Amino acid sequence: MNETGGKTKAGTGMPVQPGRPFAHRLLADMLRIRRMEEKCAELYGAQKIRGFLHLYIGEEACATGAMHALDADDNVVATYREHGHALLRGVPMDAIMAEMFGKAAGCSRGRGGSMHLFDAARRFYGGNAIVGGGLPLAVGLALADRMQGIRRVTACFFGEGAVAEGAFHEGMNLAALWRLPVLFLCENNLYAMGTALDRSESQTELCVKAASYKVPTLKVDGMDVLAVHEATRRAAQQVREEGGPFFVEFRTFRFRAHSMFDPELYRDKAEVEEWKKRGPIHSFSAQLKAAGELTEDGFLELDAEAEAEVAAAVAFAEAAPWEPVEDLLRDVTTPGATR
Amino acid sequence: MRISYREAMRQALHDALASDPRVFLMGEDVGRYGGTYAVSKGFYDEFGPERIRDTPLSELGFVGAGIGAALGGMRPIVEVMTVNFSLLALDQIVNSAALLRHMSGGQVSVPLVIRMATGAGRQLAAQHSHSLENWYAHIPGIRVLAPATIADARGMLAPALADPDPVVMFEHAQLYNMEGKLPDNWQCDIERAAIRRPGSQLSLITYGGSLPKALDAAAELARDGIDVEVVDLRVLRPLDTETIAESVSRTHRAVIVDEGWRSGSLAAEVMARIVENCFYDLDAPPVRVCSEEVPIPYAKHMEGAALPQPAKIVAAVREVLNV
Repeated sequence: MNETGGKTKAGTGMPVQPGRPFAHRLLADMLRIRRMEEKCAELYGAQKIRGFLHLYIGEEACATGAMHALDADDNVVATYREHGHALLRGVPMDAIMAEMFGKAAGCSRGRGGSMHLFDAARRFYGGNAIVGGGLPLAVGLALADRMQGIRRVTACFFGEGAVAEGAFHEGMNLAALWRLPVLFLCENNLYAMGTALDRSESQTELCVKAASYKVPTLKVDGMDVLAVHEATRRAAQQVREEGGPFFVEFRTFRFRAHSMFDPELYRDKAEVEEWKKRGPIHSFSAQLKAAGELTEDGFLELDAEAEAEVAAAVAFAEAAPWEPVEDLLRDVTTPGATR
Repeated sequence: MRISYREAMRQALHDALASDPRVFLMGEDVGRYGGTYAVSKGFYDEFGPERIRDTPLSELGFVGAGIGAALGGMRPIVEVMTVNFSLLALDQIVNSAALLRHMSGGQVSVPLVIRMATGAGRQLAAQHSHSLENWYAHIPGIRVLAPATIADARGMLAPALADPDPVVMFEHAQLYNMEGKLPDNWQCDIERAAIRRPGSQLSLITYGGSLPKALDAAAELARDGIDVEVVDLRVLRPLDTETIAESVSRTHRAVIVDEGWRSGSLAAEVMARIVENCFYDLDAPPVRVCSEEVPIPYAKHMEGAALPQPAKIVAAVREVLNV
């Protein structure tokens, strides 16, 4: 459990805690995502956060395991359910929370909101709210790296709903045809909004689809953070060494509704409760405790740290000023170019 | 030196590829085939398959890849064979290229040039004859160009590549074979409209494939002693309202020629700006010559009847001038 791959620390941009075991860092990061999003849901109720808010609660092992397997210099392309990915890529929680509030101190200056978190300096190319929209972008980022002789992986997160889009098939084909270093990371939470996978796809084995483009694949339990980490690490290594793409499917589940407008009429409460028993935070901390690598006090300490970070982020977002309306037309085009 | 529009565009592309290693050309049949309109003929051998990149028929995929490559530090030129097929890539152009700068709070730019052929006139029927420049000109975040002269075909690409934001360039398919003199000073801006023929009695405002038709109409009218000014919009977004208004406030009359369908057309936008800016200078209501509101038919006489033609332009000018 005390794996300390050289890539993990540099890759995450999170507060470096050299003394803390790797497993504790994984747990701490899942808790940071969870507590941040629970607070977001609360703030949505209080109308501090508006628009769409897609919570990742239940799926934290995917972003956590995967992000810890990437290098700091790798590109990341994400979806509209990307709060956790942004956070673990190193976007400060203050900037994420301020973005949710719509403040100019937000990581996208308040112009993007929950679905469009960006951080160019950390090569985080955004939340993309068109399902499948990120795949061609990831192919292009990888193409640019290849043409410039840069050895870098482009990690592209998307949900299983995206595999129904043409963009998935076109992107998969281009990446395979041109042997581009794209790491396709499919978070299969079984429901595309309200439509179950087997109600929308004739072939529900997603790896088969990727393999039909001659892309190597791995399928892994997305509720198990260590399994996610190990699969992503292996896949990223192969992409880095051999140059071509790789497809990893994480089997996971979202515990909350699709968005804050979703009454969840399409799935049984019993199914949700069954998956919750396998909740990634709960099961990983139990595993660590059973192995004698975590005490209840240790868990509470990590949790308290996450809560404190969230409280500070909310205070920052609350205090941050609104962008003046006079600035409305900025950032449509690049300054200096007349429009 | 007399060259064709095709050759002018070829020279512009060649310059761009030869002078900047970040530039590459990507699209359907741009490589081995030599380009659907033979614009990139010979490039595959000269620059190689990495920089003259043939793509599958995946418009959404390779336009999106062009956007990603632009984000990643390259200067891609993506050729979408025609505007008709660009509809398959519309999501990436509108939802990614045009929006990424704004959605990221100004953190990223998309320095991408998308070229496509446009327009009707070759009996290619309804699915291969669209003029949808106005769709793109509607979108904040992209610049839209319509080179209609030999000089603009030669000169517009370099500033388009220098633009840090996405540029969509429409090349009317009827123009490729047009020949003319390439002036020594073909370098140009991508900001302003241009007066192609000065005149005093009426402003004939147009762009792209309709420019030669407007010039023909103006020449015919001149034989009857009617002095018409021809304005080439050149840049369809952002529109150069100043040049339009300056011309119309001088001539007091306007006819707008646009191969797009009338409803919601660029001609409608130009007319609105004339009314907003020159209302009290006008001596007559502005008039539009657009395509008829019908899918473009195959039969030659029917296709011809659907499109703006010099005779229709002449008639419209005479109507406005009441002569």
